[in-house]
Amino acid sequence: MSRLSTPASRTAETPLDAHAFGLLCLTVALALAMHAPYQPWWLSAALLPMLAWRWRQRRQRPGRVPAWLKLPLLALLALAVVARYGTVFGRAPGAALAIGLLVLKVLESERARDARVGVGFACFTLMAALLFGQGMAATAVVALGLLPALATLRALEPGQPSPAGLARALLPGLGMLGAALPLALLAFVFVPRLNTPLWGAPHAGEARSGLDDRMTPVGFSSLLLDDSPAMRVSFDGPPPPPEQRYFRAYVMDDYDGVGWRSRDDAGQPPEPLQAARSIGYRVSLEPSRQRVLPVLDVPLDAPPGAAMRAGRVVMARQPVDAPLDYALRSAVRYRLQPGRAKQAVRWLQLPAGFDPRTVALGRSWHQRYGSDRAAIVRAALSLFHDGGYRYTLAPAPLGRDAMDDFLFRTREGFCEHYASAFTLLMRAAGVPARVVTGYQGGYWNTMGHYLLLRQSDAHAWSEVQLPGRGWVRVDPTAAVRPQRVDLGAAAAAGGQLPWASRGWLQSLRNRWDIVNHWWNEGVIGFDALRQRGLLTRFGVREASPAWLASMLAIGCALAGALGLAWALHRRSGSEPALAALRELERRLARRGLERRHGEGPRHYLRRAARALPTQHDELNRLMENYLELRYAHDEPPAESLRRFCRAVRNFRPARVVK
Amino acid sequence: MRAALRRGRAWAERRLPALVRPRRPEPLPIELHRRRIYIVPTRFGLGFAVLLLVMLGGALNYANNAALLLTCLLGAAAAASMLAAFRTLDGLCLDSIRAGHAVAGRPLELRLDFASQRPRCAVRIDTDTGATAFAMPGGDTTVTLSLPTGTRGWLPLPRLRVWTSWPLGLFRAWSWLHPGQAVLVWPEAESAGPPPPGSDDAGPPRLHQGEDVAALRAYRHGDPIRHAAWKASARHQGLLVKDFERPDSRLDWHLDWYRVSLPEHEARIARLARWLGQAQAQGRRYSLRLPGEHIDAGSGHAHYVRCMNALARLP
Repeated sequence: MSRLSTPASRTAETPLDAHAFGLLCLTVALALAMHAPYQPWWLSAALLPMLAWRWRQRRQRPGRVPAWLKLPLLALLALAVVARYGTVFGRAPGAALAIGLLVLKVLESERARDARVGVGFACFTLMAALLFGQGMAATAVVALGLLPALATLRALEPGQPSPAGLARALLPGLGMLGAALPLALLAFVFVPRLNTPLWGAPHAGEARSGLDDRMTPVGFSSLLLDDSPAMRVSFDGPPPPPEQRYFRAYVMDDYDGVGWRSRDDAGQPPEPLQAARSIGYRVSLEPSRQRVLPVLDVPLDAPPGAAMRAGRVVMARQPVDAPLDYALRSAVRYRLQPGRAKQAVRWLQLPAGFDPRTVALGRSWHQRYGSDRAAIVRAALSLFHDGGYRYTLAPAPLGRDAMDDFLFRTREGFCEHYASAFTLLMRAAGVPARVVTGYQGGYWNTMGHYLLLRQSDAHAWSEVQLPGRGWVRVDPTAAVRPQRVDLGAAAAAGGQLPWASRGWLQSLRNRWDIVNHWWNEGVIGFDALRQRGLLTRFGVREASPAWLASMLAIGCALAGALGLAWALHRRSGSEPALAALRELERRLARRGLERRHGEGPRHYLRRAARALPTQHDELNRLMENYLELRYAHDEPPAESLRRFCRAVRNFRPARVVK
Repeated sequence: MRAALRRGRAWAERRLPALVRPRRPEPLPIELHRRRIYIVPTRFGLGFAVLLLVMLGGALNYANNAALLLTCLLGAAAAASMLAAFRTLDGLCLDSIRAGHAVAGRPLELRLDFASQRPRCAVRIDTDTGATAFAMPGGDTTVTLSLPTGTRGWLPLPRLRVWTSWPLGLFRAWSWLHPGQAVLVWPEAESAGPPPPGSDDAGPPRLHQGEDVAALRAYRHGDPIRHAAWKASARHQGLLVKDFERPDSRLDWHLDWYRVSLPEHEARIARLARWLGQAQAQGRRYSLRLPGEHIDAGSGHAHYVRCMNALARLP
């Protein structure tokens, strides 16, 4: 027997004990850590020590932080947020304000009620951290961040055995979340998604590194070092061979001496295409903040919600802010605009006053080969191949006449330099040419049967117009470094990449990518459209929100029933003899022979035997059996126990004789 | 506001007998089961629901499925906590209640014996005046509760509200325990008054009046030197003195209801209670005569309890 009794007055007034307060601080610290990557460093650097100080201070001498300290801190927080973001509304400033207020709440937490409010608020800020990045790892870490929150709430309940270690405090929360997971998944699948946001279009302000409608050497080299996934492509049928894995994003016509730029000419129709062989595929694109949808060279059509532009570039109506899936077909053997182009002159244009030596070289080719454009292209490629050019991701800086410097002085660079110089040479030689940027190569994931393209697979190549064949893709980088096309930028660059991109680690990361792919496909990309198509397989064409809601209600009811079954389940006492006696009691009670309060089994069954004279002997035998089973042995023999239970089951009380 | 609430509750109890059924006094043991456990969200639970709705709205608006998943997880955990709260009370059994002794006006100690097959946490019991919280490691647990008393006599046990908001404080599962048992409250003794009649040898009896040596004990400062047991002391380290048996020459007190010269009923009881207390403190033998009851002379705690109980039971 134990005796544990603690006086407790009203719940809300209960002061916080040190254990619960420590857990609260841990919860808040985790919420801060989740937001740290998305907030200015000084905010985290100010809030975390403040939290640590408060934790120490309360351990030594419980008491609120006085108002003369708290109010200036509040003003300071608001000022800092406004100074940094210019407003307190929006995602980033809102989050900064929220974590600041959270720490201030801890400063004044003295009662159980304060701690509860703090925990609720911490849960909210944890969720807000997911608005900045919803990768699988981030989500898992945030979900684990709920553990201290749940542990705090548990610790706030009075009347528990004395607190154990941290792990023992956190573990029950894990069990709770595990038990809650099925219902959570059910709700996740069936909660009707919104087609359009209810308020403020969730524009994600910050620019992402990625392809862009302007190509400059500096921008491109940073891209080649970023190996976050850009897109994943799964093909209907076998994947195309590596030399055909060119994904077109932008076509750039204008060169200003510094970089290439794509012309915004929405009115221009796409070039006519004669496809000899085409391939169907499906792309899941990571958010790019751009409207362009990279497609395998050369697309037959634009997917729904997007339009095809000049250069057969596919543009979506909205910038891609969330993972996007689209399916389409592309030609892999084709003739693109084999006839005469109307404005061939725009693909011959050269910037005035730039790169005189390059232009002179091109003109000399024109004089030598005349209108044999294929010979001109071969001349340029053999120049790159044999002219002592080197592929590097860290080329020497170039001067004002960048292409002259590159071609005749430094002779080192990456795809951007080669494509740019090649196109310039072609134009000078009278061959219509343009630069195409996009992705090339990628990693074929054999387990997931998809092609992963990272930002580092960004590539630039050229297209020249040959008579009778139309636009033909020429990749001058391949002339210098064929591995670039076969293996990707990392292999081509040799040892110039960060350690994380090397060898076995890279292959490990490529394999791990499949998990991210599943996460993106299954969780992040589960939008209104996919939700409606969810039950197509089961004959439901279009799942309307009302239908989804009713499914959700049914599912919740089922889950509730299961939960209730668990909650109501009682282990039928460990002693079968006792359970059998209870059964006997129930049967006798139906005949009006209820066991009286405090009546022993012997007396009760005797009384029953008197009331049922026809079954007198049977009842007496049962009673004796029972007493023997219960009290004669420590462990009743299984055989007689079975016999007793069977006898009870077969016993049917007769009508009582009054 | 509060008065209106109370009136509303009284009305509900009158009109809805199902609500009242578990509140009537019942014989022990009382086992809590699903028909008598109620669950309501706490104020924090309601706030938390609003928070979840806000989170849901945010996640849906920003089309952020990770946040939605987290919100669903939290919501499902909250729903599971409701079942956990129910399970904390379900199957809890109040086996017996043992009451201590207390005079009117002083708090009475109640010991509630609870039985449970599995461990439980944070079970709380509220009465009108106090509250307690306890954990049950499994098996039997005794909880001590103090009950305020007013006047002497049988005090029916109040209705106890047993509740819990374990594990997250979002839901409150509660039930009524109304044991049909009464405890006896002793009368309060008057603060001062005359000694009982017939106790002429007033004043404390002198010690060492007896002749028989009862025991030997160590010398204490102030003992008369003529009591020293010299022979015995020689065989010991310290000085021993003879302890003489207390004289039994003091007279038994015969406390009699009819010989208390007070007009008031309760004042008589208070005086008798004081005499009983004095007699008990002095270790006397005493008897008590009350209207309709006579308790023979005796001594010791059991005797005292018997007499006080008889006094408390007087009409």
